[in-house]
Amino acid sequence: MSGVLNPVIMRLTLRATLGRKRALLFLAPAVLLIGISGLLKATAHSSVWPPEILGVVGFLILALTALIVGGSVIGAEVEDGSILHLLATPVSRRSVVLSKYLVAVVLTIAIAAVPEYLAGAIATGPSSKLAVGLLVGALFGAVVYNALFVMLTAVFSPTRALAFGLLYILVWEGLLASLIPGVGLLSVEHYSLAIANSIAHTSALDAHITLGTGIGMGVAVSIVTLVVAVIRMSAFSIKGDVA
Amino acid sequence: MTGVDKSTGIELRGVSRWYGNVVAVNDITMTIGPGVTGLLGPNGAGKTTIMHMIAGFLAPSRGAVTVAGRSSWRNPDMFRRVALVPERDSVYAFLTGREFVVATAKLHGLPDPDSAAKRAIELLEMTEWEDRRISTYSKGMRQRIKVAAALVHDPEYVLLDEPFNGMDPRQRLHMMDLLQAQGEQGRVIVFSSHILEEVERLSGIIQVIVGGRLAASGDFRAIRRLMTNRPHVFLLSSSDNRALGSALIGRPAVSAVELTQHGLQVRASDYGTFTREIAGISRDHGIRLTQIRPADESLESVFTYLLAS
Repeated sequence: MSGVLNPVIMRLTLRATLGRKRALLFLAPAVLLIGISGLLKATAHSSVWPPEILGVVGFLILALTALIVGGSVIGAEVEDGSILHLLATPVSRRSVVLSKYLVAVVLTIAIAAVPEYLAGAIATGPSSKLAVGLLVGALFGAVVYNALFVMLTAVFSPTRALAFGLLYILVWEGLLASLIPGVGLLSVEHYSLAIANSIAHTSALDAHITLGTGIGMGVAVSIVTLVVAVIRMSAFSIKGDVA
Repeated sequence: MTGVDKSTGIELRGVSRWYGNVVAVNDITMTIGPGVTGLLGPNGAGKTTIMHMIAGFLAPSRGAVTVAGRSSWRNPDMFRRVALVPERDSVYAFLTGREFVVATAKLHGLPDPDSAAKRAIELLEMTEWEDRRISTYSKGMRQRIKVAAALVHDPEYVLLDEPFNGMDPRQRLHMMDLLQAQGEQGRVIVFSSHILEEVERLSGIIQVIVGGRLAASGDFRAIRRLMTNRPHVFLLSSSDNRALGSALIGRPAVSAVELTQHGLQVRASDYGTFTREIAGISRDHGIRLTQIRPADESLESVFTYLLAS
């Protein structure tokens, strides 16, 4: 992997992402999720809320976190022009994309997938099937979502990528995937739910796609989007001066 | 560092670049060999577009750009021999100067990145500030650390887009001496500027870009002569503008005279002769000359003239 992943790029990306002023905001949704879980655990009389709340809210937070993190590892540097210092070196564009992608996945796991597990653990116990299912589903979601959003920033301007990402999460996944049969086949949230449900076995997490389909589609989407991102970065262009 | 063979320098053949209907660069052919070459032109002339095409960050819409005989587009491997110093003031501000240069050395896969970075930082006289975060640097210091990072792998080709922006006069002179020395060692140094004096001091060979086209190319002194000898427009004020106008009409060094509300506008066809004669002519006719000032000394007018000629 040493030829594919570049440790210098990974360190720079990590410091650049965590060093931004908004870095602390990354933690806010995770704190909120854990807080909600703790509050409901203490106050709710019913026991049906954990899969419903954590399945919906938790995976939404995962998607939004991946959008911000995955969208910024390349997008922020394209926006301020600092990406040129990486690209004006002999490092392959594939290495640039994959190194940044891996950092985005690790960060998303740390600030969204792990809190998802913690929220599940608070609700139903640390070794409960629900907590473990949510964790594994979120890990897989972090991998696929980031591939998708890294691709969007490699193809579109950072602002457009963010807009398309939001549309995907809120309209495609949040609305259309639950209304129109078949749309869920292209929903990362559905892949995550399928994996979580295969462990937790609860109807609240049932996304109506099989485990095999979820994993297969997730892997395919990740590979295709990363290949597109590498191809786009290989033809990275900056506009010059026009009178 | 080995010298660059002239046949493997930078070559643009019939290169055009357009964005939609806007033509940024129009059918430019040029060859750039070892030494320092200046790309001179007003803002928006297309210099940065040319730089980006040479560096492989922009594909030509038509024509071919080669560096060392190979197309620069989609060729990141060429950065083993090429360095780019972009105009945009965008560096990893959270790093110290030394961290930035060492990171660049590592990205180039140098066997001893710390030593290479130390050498490059010393070359740019940034050692004193190398452990300060770049976010605390002045614009001139940022420029210098960018150049240090660009030179860390001892490149044969160095592309600098407006490298003197933000530098104070002392830093500017140091950078000019540095680039001059790099050029004398056989490297291909290309820099862009919209400031005539920078190019005049640093570069023997210039490529003048105006409106996306190559307006003049070659030895700076010859082009400078052409610039000086072009028709000049002066605005004169005197105790009797009408009489002064009559005295000037018909002079060989004067091609046109016009009385305007701001004074007497004179188009001189021979700059040297006109400026030598004007005081004597006024005195001979008993006219007191109160003001003489050039009306078209902007670089744009100089460039426009070059383009037309």
